[in-house]
Amino acid sequence: MTLFIQAMLARSYARVIWMFRNRTWIIQETLLPILTVAAYAYCYRYFGAPEQFVGYVVLGAALSAFWFNVLWSMGAHLYWERDSGNLELYILSPAPMMSILAGMALGGFTTTATRAIAILICGSLLFDVTFNFSQWYLALLTLILTLTALYGLGMMFASLFLLWGREAWHIVNLLQEPVFLLTGQNFPVRIFLSLPLVIVGSALLIPLTAGMDALRQLVLPLKDTRIGLFPVAWELALLAVLGVVFISLARLSLTRLERKAKIEGRLGIRWQ
Amino acid sequence: MNTPAIRVENLVRTYRKPGKGWLRRTPGAVFTALDGVSLEVQPGELFGLLGPNGAGKTTLIKILTTLLAPTSGEAFVDGLDVVKEAHTLRPRINMVSGGESSGYGILTVRENLWLFTRIYGIANAQLDARINEMLDVVNMQDKAASRVSHLSTGQRQKMNFCRGFITDPKILFLDEPTLGLDVNAARSIRAFLKDWMRLHPERTLLLTTHYMAEADELCDRLAIIDNGKVLACDTPANLKKKVQQYPLFELSLAPGSDGVAAVSAIPGVHQATKTETPDAVQLKVSLMEDAVIGDVVQSVVASGGRILTLRKTEPTLEDVFIELVGHGLSDRVTA
Repeated sequence: MTLFIQAMLARSYARVIWMFRNRTWIIQETLLPILTVAAYAYCYRYFGAPEQFVGYVVLGAALSAFWFNVLWSMGAHLYWERDSGNLELYILSPAPMMSILAGMALGGFTTTATRAIAILICGSLLFDVTFNFSQWYLALLTLILTLTALYGLGMMFASLFLLWGREAWHIVNLLQEPVFLLTGQNFPVRIFLSLPLVIVGSALLIPLTAGMDALRQLVLPLKDTRIGLFPVAWELALLAVLGVVFISLARLSLTRLERKAKIEGRLGIRWQ
Repeated sequence: MNTPAIRVENLVRTYRKPGKGWLRRTPGAVFTALDGVSLEVQPGELFGLLGPNGAGKTTLIKILTTLLAPTSGEAFVDGLDVVKEAHTLRPRINMVSGGESSGYGILTVRENLWLFTRIYGIANAQLDARINEMLDVVNMQDKAASRVSHLSTGQRQKMNFCRGFITDPKILFLDEPTLGLDVNAARSIRAFLKDWMRLHPERTLLLTTHYMAEADELCDRLAIIDNGKVLACDTPANLKKKVQQYPLFELSLAPGSDGVAAVSAIPGVHQATKTETPDAVQLKVSLMEDAVIGDVVQSVVASGGRILTLRKTEPTLEDVFIELVGHGLSDRVTA
């Protein structure tokens, strides 16, 4: 366990240091998402939607930052580690690969949390969004469960990248936009109840959907109007299940894919 | 008897190249990288693998370091099966590859070494001293705080060299460790390797190299490998003896000296050749036995020749390689 934590913290260090030594990210990753938020905020205001809807968009932009991180940093990073020769060194070391993935997740989470907080602050100040923190403990639990499930999914992506190589880039591109729609980044997902069941089912497989919906219900409640897809308790239970399932699958797929990669000689860049 | 540090039995590794056609339905050709390799390395040995590009050296190292599964055969490192007991084996080994680009450019040299040592579970308290010691060896203390992205290829290679030793492995695999290094850096690394083996006689080093002189200088024993097969395995001296059928002497004579014909006629002289330059006449003679050199000297002097120098020459590993493989190490370039 000590080695697991040591390796996790060591791997996360590289990612956290990147944040301090590469400061240009502040502009591109904080100010640019605010432009998208502004477009939706003005749209909702023009049509006279409740003010909470602007808050939904700000919250959506902040949480979607984690989705970007899971897709590009978690998934693609292991592929990049292979190309740079680091993956072989990690596999060669006594540290479990799950600790390296956990370190990538922790490092990615730290930098993305900074970005998400910056979006929340900028968005709130610019559009005068007021959050209700009367149930902060539930909101915190929701956030923890959402991110656990989301980074579990990211760990799964990472091992798939190892197997598929360059093809995985196309899958990431394919996943990016549909996920913004399915998770309801800029609108309440309750509207899905009027769509075929398969859409709700697909949406709920992405931890961001239930997480974002629960958080909106908790910190941006609407008086006398039900905006959530399901009650918060149900969504929390779903997130807990998704977390356990994704992390277990990640562990399983990593072990299997490491074995397969060793048989096929894909841990290095040769033959790729 | 000691457990061998490395034992490989009838190891075969094949690769299937990527398939062709839509969805790669046509399977790619099969390439055999290792073809029934067997060898044993004893604890405390500095063992070399000498061969051209594509000979199978790196494939063998990757199997021994648990990074690649063998197609068939068995491999044991420190008595542990590299496939079934990989997790137990990994804390005991490390590897450095020449020309590797590993590490994080955003981190400094010291931070990179720290990161790749922490994943071996080494406590922070010991790390600083070990990092400093290794940076001294490769003369890079002044670069400790430099970002890796600012280093030259050679400096990066030195950093990776440090990374391999900092974990104090029982068995270390060095794949072309001096590749891309300047003469001085390569010399200091060779000196360090010799010192390290002297100070840690229980440790084992397996080294692959292109450089004949490096293998000759460093290795206790070496295996010559080509097309995935071990062609010979012995000490450098014994390998050279095997190709040296006749003792060879080189005489440098003053200009104008003659007498080659007379030398050729001496009983026990196998072959004699003369090369003239404006400054000297070089006479090379191969003899049935060493003692015949006395008759050669007498004959040269008797025919008016003045001997400037006389030395016995040894065959080089290059000669051994040519004898075994049929071409020089640098005569063939393969992917």
